[in-house]
Amino acid sequence: MEAVHHLDHGHEHHPAGIMRWVTTTNHKDIGTLYLWFSFAMFMVGGVMALVIRAELFQPGLQIVQPEFFNQMTTLHGLIMVFGAIMPAFVGFANWQIPMMIGAPDMAFPRMNNWSFWLLPPAALLLVISLFVPGGAAAAGWTLYPPLTVQMGMGMDLTIFAVHILGMSSIMGSINIVTTVLNLRAPGMTLMKMPLFVWTWLITAYLLIAVMPVLAGAVTMTLTDRHFGTHFFNAAGGGDPVLFQHIFWFFGHPEVYIIILPGFGVVSQIIPAFSRKPLFGYASMVYATASIAILSFIVWAHHMYTVGMPVAGQLFFMFATMLIAVPTGVKVFNWLATMWKGSLTFEAPMLFALGFIFLFTTGGLTGIVLSIVPLDVQVHDTYYVVAHFHYTMVAGALFSAFGAVYFWLPKWTGKMYDEKLGKLHFWLSFIFFNLTFFVQHFLGLAGMPRRIPDYALQFAEFNAISSVGAFGFGLTQLLFFYIVLKCIRSGEKAPARPWEGADTLEWTLPSPAPYHSFETPPVVK
Amino acid sequence: MTTSDASRYYLPEPSHWPVTGSVALFCMALGGVLMMNGMVTPGAVSLAIGVAVLVYMLFGWFGTVIRESEAGKYNKQVDVSYRWSMSWFIFSEVMFFAGFFGALFYMRVLSVPDLAGLEQKLLWPEFAGGWPTAGPGAQDPFTPMGAWGIPAINTLLLLSSGVTVTWAHWALKQNKRGQLNLGLLLTILLGICFLALQAYEYVHAYSELNLKLTSGAYGATFFMLTGFHGAHVTLGTIMLIVILFRCLAGHFKPDHHFAFEAVSWYWHFVDVVWLLLFILVYWL
Repeated sequence: MEAVHHLDHGHEHHPAGIMRWVTTTNHKDIGTLYLWFSFAMFMVGGVMALVIRAELFQPGLQIVQPEFFNQMTTLHGLIMVFGAIMPAFVGFANWQIPMMIGAPDMAFPRMNNWSFWLLPPAALLLVISLFVPGGAAAAGWTLYPPLTVQMGMGMDLTIFAVHILGMSSIMGSINIVTTVLNLRAPGMTLMKMPLFVWTWLITAYLLIAVMPVLAGAVTMTLTDRHFGTHFFNAAGGGDPVLFQHIFWFFGHPEVYIIILPGFGVVSQIIPAFSRKPLFGYASMVYATASIAILSFIVWAHHMYTVGMPVAGQLFFMFATMLIAVPTGVKVFNWLATMWKGSLTFEAPMLFALGFIFLFTTGGLTGIVLSIVPLDVQVHDTYYVVAHFHYTMVAGALFSAFGAVYFWLPKWTGKMYDEKLGKLHFWLSFIFFNLTFFVQHFLGLAGMPRRIPDYALQFAEFNAISSVGAFGFGLTQLLFFYIVLKCIRSGEKAPARPWEGADTLEWTLPSPAPYHSFETPPVVK
Repeated sequence: MTTSDASRYYLPEPSHWPVTGSVALFCMALGGVLMMNGMVTPGAVSLAIGVAVLVYMLFGWFGTVIRESEAGKYNKQVDVSYRWSMSWFIFSEVMFFAGFFGALFYMRVLSVPDLAGLEQKLLWPEFAGGWPTAGPGAQDPFTPMGAWGIPAINTLLLLSSGVTVTWAHWALKQNKRGQLNLGLLLTILLGICFLALQAYEYVHAYSELNLKLTSGAYGATFFMLTGFHGAHVTLGTIMLIVILFRCLAGHFKPDHHFAFEAVSWYWHFVDVVWLLLFILVYWL
């Protein structure tokens, strides 16, 4: 990774070797750490997904025991959400926000270091939980009681891992909000900020608001487990459903935490490759803020079937449908940006377009799921699994790939292999749909999620899905190769490799200097 | 230190304190898990090591920040950054308490009345709902904590401490060091009195009222809410003590004392949480 940072800057002095990475206070070093950590976790969580798909390749129990299968679904979810997707976008934020607002670094470089270095201990706790008596948490990533109250010590390790991950997120978010609010270059007013910065400002706000609530929820689980409280026990006046309410008060903003920075990335890529300014900038900002605010009042649409007054179901149904309005504003603005643009289709643009198609598909199935009578039919089926993988994989992950290709020249000073990048996109696109499109049919036909066995009638679609999943997994090794090849032997990249890109980071040389803007640029 | 533009940015050197804190938290988490699962001795060792490393890290990290601040390395912009970050930190604390107040609301308004409803009559025919309660399955009757004894005194103590810390702040702004130190000392003493009374109240609850953490919905929300609040008062008191020592060492100027203000913000925050506790947990 040394190649990433050329010693082309007078002020650069830091320890060499491993201690550079352990003690670094530099936003680019920390961004790099986040991104590699995220990729490692993506591989770990991916292998777990392949265990799940291998078991589901045929009906019957072939490869793993049901208990282990449940541990895999749980850890796959936790690791992908907290270990892969969120750190990836924090990595982009670390690299890009100071460069995009004309700052030298983040507001709190030491705290920035801690935000990252809290992740490995948390990941280690999760890994250890696999090897303790009773195994890892097996209640699903949503950690519902009463299962979580009954499980072994793997659950305690998971609870503390969640606490530490929460600390990391809160500190990282406070850092981002402060940086954006206080370190902008002169003239960089809020309404001139690149949309990626805007989406991260709002995401960070959401994180600060909901991570403490998750911490409270898992703390209640912990005291119910070991200290005799009755938060989730009806005999004591509590209620297992209480956990679901608290969890989803965190969980629904969390899904926007995952997708909003992806919206930001796409809003940078589409104008750059359409060679037009973003259509409807202000409406994009307001739409992002609206999505964030609405995300606090829709949580119970995850819980239609646990028992709720009809008035409650109606409220959450309509509130949920309302989210389609600002999301629709965003999708139409992206389309309008491309309208009559001079389009080219390099890898970042392909991933952004794939994002628009597939994320919108996931959004549409989301509206379907918001309809109470329909959700009661498909609740906890593969339809839900298909729905959120369209938003998490084809949404968040595709935008993350787009971001990597878009900014890799700026980070490394070298170009990636365009042909291989396009190949990566098309293979990902095809295998993704092979894996998840058929799951809609499985869900509508009634196949429940989180079960290692299924009725014979589901065999064909499951076989297709598993083949797709292994193809998708192997394709990501190609991504690894493309990034390594770019770092080692890519062609030299100009300061502005994309002629349509006009944000501040492209005014810096490639690779960007160690401290981005030592004297603030003036934005007109 | 790299100050590229002295009037704007402050970029600290590489630091080993964050990773020290990570090691500490890992040891603490592992130790806690082991202790709760019957491996008490190895767990306690790991937990103790974790706490020791954490204390070492806090002294080292905050010491570094204090030395940098006193060396005049923090300009106006850094000051504003600290203000933003402390505000957002307190907002995150507000949301943490909101989760527990939400649980209290849910139990009182939804789950307890529901458990007394018609649908549950087969399982718990005797249960009439109402608050406070230890739930329909409770075997162990308790007496709820009254509001107008110790809790009312504690309310007065904390509200007075909000006044004394503000009085100290006024003194700092006018550079009256004697009044500053006296105000801080009074605030700390009021905080310690509050904590002592709270500890006495817990003993009273356990020994005379038979009110325990295990006393169903009421016991869980009572002890978790007041317990987390007490932990925050403890932390706030420690912070105030640090600030008092810094004042005695001659730190802070009338126009440059954000550490003092941050602690006083935090202190007012625990004050407001207490008022909500007094009304929603003790009184109503």
